[in-house]
Amino acid sequence: MTWETVIGLEIHVQLSAESKIFSPASTVFCNAANTQVREVDCGFPGALPVLNRRVVDCAILLGTAISATVNQRSEFARKNYFYPDLPKGYQISQFEYPIVEHGEMWINGSQGEMRIGVTRAHLEEDAGKLIHDHWATSSGVDLNRAGTPLLEIVSEPDLRDINDAVLYASEMHKLVRWLGICDGNMQEGSFRIDANISVRHPGDELGTRCEIKNLNSFRFLEQALHYERERQINLIEDGGTVVQQTRLFNTASGETRAMRSKEDAHDYRYFPDPDLPPLLVDDAWIAEVIATMPELPRARAQRFINDYQLSSYDATLLTADKDFSDYYETLLAQLATDSEQRNQHAKLCANWLCGDFAALLNEHKIEISASKIDIAAFADLMRCLINDTISGKIAKTVLLKMWDSGEHASIIIEREGLMQISDSSALEKIGNDIIAANAQQAQQYRDGKDRLLGFFVGQMMKATKGQANPEQANEIMKRLLAQ
Amino acid sequence: MSAPNIANCSLRELRTLLDENKISAPELAQLFRARAKQYSHLNAFLRINENDDYHPAAGNFLDSLPIAHKDIFCAQGEKTTCGSKMLAEFVAPYDSTVVENFRNAGMNTIGRTNMDEFAMGSSGEHSAFSASRNPWDENYVPGGSSSGSAAAVAARLTPVATATDTGGSIRQPAAFCGVTGIKPTYGRVSRWGMVAFASSFDQGGVIAKSAEDCALALSAMAGFDERDSTSLPQPAEDFTRQFDQPLSNIVIGVPKEFFSDGLDNKVASRVQEAIRQFEKQGATIKEISLASVKHAIAAYYVLTCAEASSNLSRYDGVRYGFRPTENNDSDLTTMYEQTRTQGFGAEVKRRILIGTYMLSYGYYDAYYRRAMKVRTLIARDFEQAFTGCDVLLGPTTPSPAFALNAIADNDPVAMYLQDIYTVPVNLAGLPALSLPCGFSGALPVGLQLIGAPLAESLLLSVAHEYQKQNDYHLQMPAGVQ
Repeated sequence: MTWETVIGLEIHVQLSAESKIFSPASTVFCNAANTQVREVDCGFPGALPVLNRRVVDCAILLGTAISATVNQRSEFARKNYFYPDLPKGYQISQFEYPIVEHGEMWINGSQGEMRIGVTRAHLEEDAGKLIHDHWATSSGVDLNRAGTPLLEIVSEPDLRDINDAVLYASEMHKLVRWLGICDGNMQEGSFRIDANISVRHPGDELGTRCEIKNLNSFRFLEQALHYERERQINLIEDGGTVVQQTRLFNTASGETRAMRSKEDAHDYRYFPDPDLPPLLVDDAWIAEVIATMPELPRARAQRFINDYQLSSYDATLLTADKDFSDYYETLLAQLATDSEQRNQHAKLCANWLCGDFAALLNEHKIEISASKIDIAAFADLMRCLINDTISGKIAKTVLLKMWDSGEHASIIIEREGLMQISDSSALEKIGNDIIAANAQQAQQYRDGKDRLLGFFVGQMMKATKGQANPEQANEIMKRLLAQ
Repeated sequence: MSAPNIANCSLRELRTLLDENKISAPELAQLFRARAKQYSHLNAFLRINENDDYHPAAGNFLDSLPIAHKDIFCAQGEKTTCGSKMLAEFVAPYDSTVVENFRNAGMNTIGRTNMDEFAMGSSGEHSAFSASRNPWDENYVPGGSSSGSAAAVAARLTPVATATDTGGSIRQPAAFCGVTGIKPTYGRVSRWGMVAFASSFDQGGVIAKSAEDCALALSAMAGFDERDSTSLPQPAEDFTRQFDQPLSNIVIGVPKEFFSDGLDNKVASRVQEAIRQFEKQGATIKEISLASVKHAIAAYYVLTCAEASSNLSRYDGVRYGFRPTENNDSDLTTMYEQTRTQGFGAEVKRRILIGTYMLSYGYYDAYYRRAMKVRTLIARDFEQAFTGCDVLLGPTTPSPAFALNAIADNDPVAMYLQDIYTVPVNLAGLPALSLPCGFSGALPVGLQLIGAPLAESLLLSVAHEYQKQNDYHLQMPAGVQ
């Protein structure tokens, strides 16, 4: 009997804002404990929350990007429970009336272009952190993170395939970074995933779901979903039933274990926060935010395909990251002002960015913005290739040197004498020497062993340390051997 | 001039004494501090400052005039106990806007006034420290929760005191103590730094001898504050600006529901006399009906207890405030339980329990949501009433002050009914004041005036016109003369 997996994801996105959602305290990660705490963040008597407008802008951006409704009236509620990292004894969140509802994400998944519904996205504050390993008999509380703004994005249970679920999460990750509303740093917890998963036979009612909390990498998400899927199927096939539970994923063992079941779930006693009036977002506010909205990755990829005749593969690579994509666009703009010329260079630049340059970025694990090679330097390298100053092979060497120094390509080429040799008389002299030194092979070529041409061209490249213009080398050797 | 005579002066008279150098600012403060110590058995003050506490603000009308603050307003570096063992040793790390505003006006803080714990109570008996006494008869309660502020002004231990009103906590003690107290429109006075009881009801205000003194103090206290999201965008205003206008254009509505069976006869008589005086002064009197107010007490206790249960969750012993020293090594839950069991008094615990229940899964719709509907209906009733009236009038309380320990701790509902005429105003967020309108035996009787949103100036001017015609507000309890 076949099993169908049903998955829905809740993604907690830490919003990029300089100050907290309800206080002027800074949100910078990893400062000394309890140094980024104002009256509200510590839950002092009489302290009151004031909403940071920036977080609303972030929600509007996301809502618009996923074609959702941005509610003109939403409401903050209190989620009440006791825990030492929760200074007020309640978390301010949106419950009955979230700011964003009825959105959609498109992914290129197991069924081709797939629409994944987004039920809602709501604003809320993060809790603080407990520190357990400093003292033998007590724990500490660090409230630096308390009040950090979060946007919780809840998908419909539309996902049927674990790979699609991972793809949806990574597309969302890409989108929030693209919009500039989240730094996407998963290690620091800026993007955390709770996965709801159940199994059923196709056509049956939904099975009982379990929620796996706090997954902070796509690999863990994938592992946790696989483990949980197998666990539920085995349980049912062995005659058991799945109990609705919240589960934790153990990254060391790759297993999930029960944290709490529905029976001991908290009664959060939600009610509208009387300290915060309803959040009213008018058309003017929405329009103001949309005016700052960047071209979205899918639209840009399509434009690359249409205008630059790039392959869908290249277009996707070049829109995986906004900085990377912007780098590409600026690079093209620096190379040519008219669009025809720009389109001519589009493929070359795409190859070099997605190929050698991307490999270097990956190898050193740095963002494009942190690379020493600025766009002008890279454009210089592309120009040297376009006007045949160097060959592609030399360009690879030059790029490596640029990576270390950040110098423009032409400076390195000039200093190290890496210019391509296009002087045909010089190349002809080298060619004649090579033929003289390899008379036997020359005879074999003339007797019809055509593939030996490659050997001779290779010898010429070797003799010129790769600086011979490859096309010219090819042409000259062919001509000399025929004599 | 004798000390009691100076103590009975209005703010304007005190201003003149200072301006004419008849008394210095330190002497004036010392006079009130000495009285506060002399009558310390009234338990009006929790703490009396030893030294002057002010920064002169030359040119400000209130400069150097003494004031006392209810112990619910945070002041940086000072204890703010809110009448609770939970905060008995709590030193606030920041200033409330109210304290800041009066400091900027140059007022000299002479001490902190007693109150029912976390502003929950109508008698002052729920203070964790001591029950304040009514200066008119020390065997009687001064009302609550602003028990100390009302008693201190009545005993002339301070010319003016800050107070807060969630369901009558300014007006009811003002009525019991024969002084004038105003609760402004919700949102007029910033709640920043004012310890929360029920956030959508709590409103700061003042208690003083007269409407004029209230108006002068409130002018420095009110105004928009960006640190309080529920603050109204209205700037500060001069609340005496409508003074000295005849009452002939004023229509006073008298809700018949405020003269129900539970109303004490003598209180009813004093209020009827006040109505006749207003008529004599040219006002038009009109009987009206506020049909929904009969549900006010129920809705009020559902909503305020719900909010309180959440607002008071922060007192968990983790970061500040009371935490028992025993059981310190046990688990987290025990720490929470012991902190809250020992730190809160009975009335506070009762309301937290009620509120927690009201918000619980399966009960929310039946209680909280329904109470919110009642709240809307009551606000609409008032709105309707103000289409035909400028001001509404009625008794502040159903009876004069009751004796200490008269309402048993196991009969909270009897205590809750004390607020029957005051809570509808808080549900609707309206401004209202209580002013003395005579006596029932030795005990004062309070008259309540209710205004439309932001009608503080009108309310205060109507009260001022009334006080021009009598001297109830100038009478001093015999024991403090």
